[in-house]
Amino acid sequence: MSPDSPAISSTGLAKRFGRQQVVADLALDVPRGSCYGFIGPNGSGKTTTIRMLLGMVRPDAGTCALLGEPMPVAAAAVLPRVGALVEGPAFHPYLSGLANLLRVDAADATSDPATARSRVGAALDRVGLIAAANKRYRAYSLGMRQRLAIAAALLQPRDLLVLDEPTNGLDPQGTREVRHLVADLAAEGRTIFVSSHLLSEVEQLCDHVGVMREGRLVAQGRMDELGGLRARRFRLQTADTAAAHLVLKRLGVADAVEGVDGIVGSLGELEPSRIVAELVGDGVAVRSFAPVRPTLEEAFVELTGEGFDVSG
Amino acid sequence: MSVAEAGATIRPRRRGAWARLFASELGLVFGRRRNQIGLAVLAGLVVMLGVALKASSLRHPGERGGDLMSAVAGNGVYLGFAGLTIEIALFLPLAVSVLAGDAIAGEANLGTLRYLLAAPVGRLRLLGVKAASLAVGALTGAALVAVTGVLVGTALFGAGPLVTLSGSRISVADGLLRLLLATLYVAAGLAALGMIGLFISTLTEQPIAATVATAMASTVLWILDAVPQLDWLHPWLLVDRWPAFVDLLRDPVFPDRILTGLWVDAAYAAVFFCAAWLWFRSKDITS
Repeated sequence: MSPDSPAISSTGLAKRFGRQQVVADLALDVPRGSCYGFIGPNGSGKTTTIRMLLGMVRPDAGTCALLGEPMPVAAAAVLPRVGALVEGPAFHPYLSGLANLLRVDAADATSDPATARSRVGAALDRVGLIAAANKRYRAYSLGMRQRLAIAAALLQPRDLLVLDEPTNGLDPQGTREVRHLVADLAAEGRTIFVSSHLLSEVEQLCDHVGVMREGRLVAQGRMDELGGLRARRFRLQTADTAAAHLVLKRLGVADAVEGVDGIVGSLGELEPSRIVAELVGDGVAVRSFAPVRPTLEEAFVELTGEGFDVSG
Repeated sequence: MSVAEAGATIRPRRRGAWARLFASELGLVFGRRRNQIGLAVLAGLVVMLGVALKASSLRHPGERGGDLMSAVAGNGVYLGFAGLTIEIALFLPLAVSVLAGDAIAGEANLGTLRYLLAAPVGRLRLLGVKAASLAVGALTGAALVAVTGVLVGTALFGAGPLVTLSGSRISVADGLLRLLLATLYVAAGLAALGMIGLFISTLTEQPIAATVATAMASTVLWILDAVPQLDWLHPWLLVDRWPAFVDLLRDPVFPDRILTGLWVDAAYAAVFFCAAWLWFRSKDITS
């Protein structure tokens, strides 16, 4: 095992369920220490990929490795160093959160029973569930369940965390908390592989990104190097739309169109402040002007030249 | 902090990890309210049988046949054997079927299977622990029936030297030893059925389906065993020699059927555990 090997790598990974090719020719490259956002619409093969990486689903073709160790052959050696949240939380409903974590800990043959209680306590503390530790899992809210699953991933020191849709189903407060938690974990130097169908989430957390579409990786690399995600746009709200269009045309904005909540166009290489100055200088009454990040849908169109539909 | 500093140390596999998971599994099985109620039902049936036999013996005092049920009126220890006799065909197999349904299908249904595998539990270790806990479940069911029988029987009819089916007398201690052997024998058969259930449990994500299929398998075996035209098949059926534990009540003990029965149990258990492993080791876990 070399410390320079990628945290996650795969070549030609493919899986078919029945007649459906769920994942095809997937070549992941997740550098050590990165926070990697794995994005794509629902049904694009993200969870199946994660299941293959963790050895739950056997690939039809291709190979994958975690922390430089081939999976699923090295599962027993490498998975203790990997924390995973896969497709939402799942625990025994009639056991408490504490008892559920002790059970998960007992399943790991490398974990020390003598420290089990203190490690479970620390993990519960980290996700803010200490107060509910002895409550039955069935009485947990969705947000608490999600946090319990994250606590299960933190029972041991991990080199890699694989988090499948960690904020799914959480309220805004819970979403914020989980994002902070993930950001903290990333800051500690762990590699984080987080899947999401929300680009905004990945944008806030990650420095690397991989984009899935219909089972294929359509883009991968550093977040700031991916053109589709970088494309900057703006939104302008004004009553003087005709005058505003003239100014924008003069500045070289070719794609300005009027939408329901104002004029939207590409910034290109323009500085936002210059556009505002020109508009005001021409006497256009600007009500608001804001650069806007592309949505995942827009980034998709940019990256793939195709529409963003839930892959069937 | 650098990546190297944050690195998790590579931990060795610990001795006793198997036992720890086994203890966790037993806690899960016996801590579950439904299973506790199931055990109460198994014991309750023996109580019911004891009370019914007592009522009958009060109405017809002195009237005694040569069978096991009549023997209970003469000696409470016999209620342990009688309990095993009435529960061996349906209730004990049903209890094992319920546990077997939970074993893998139950974890798959809850989704907890994927978190066990991610831990990582190791598929063979998980299957082994599940098989062992099914055997413990089978033994617990049979032992509960026997112990309840002795306690209730002694309370209702008193205990004393037993008259064997051959007509000779044996001491209470000898009688209890033979009941212990009968219990172990019945548990072995039930554990073999548990392995059929474990195999079925790896095939589905629906615990109810696995339970029903296992109970049906047991019932079909009993039906086949009751059809005289299929007598060539009977020696190969798992349940054929299950009732042979009454041979322990002969004097001297007649061991042939019991020993052959144990071989049949072992063969079924081995075949179905291997089948479960062959299927489960490479199964795609998509639940």
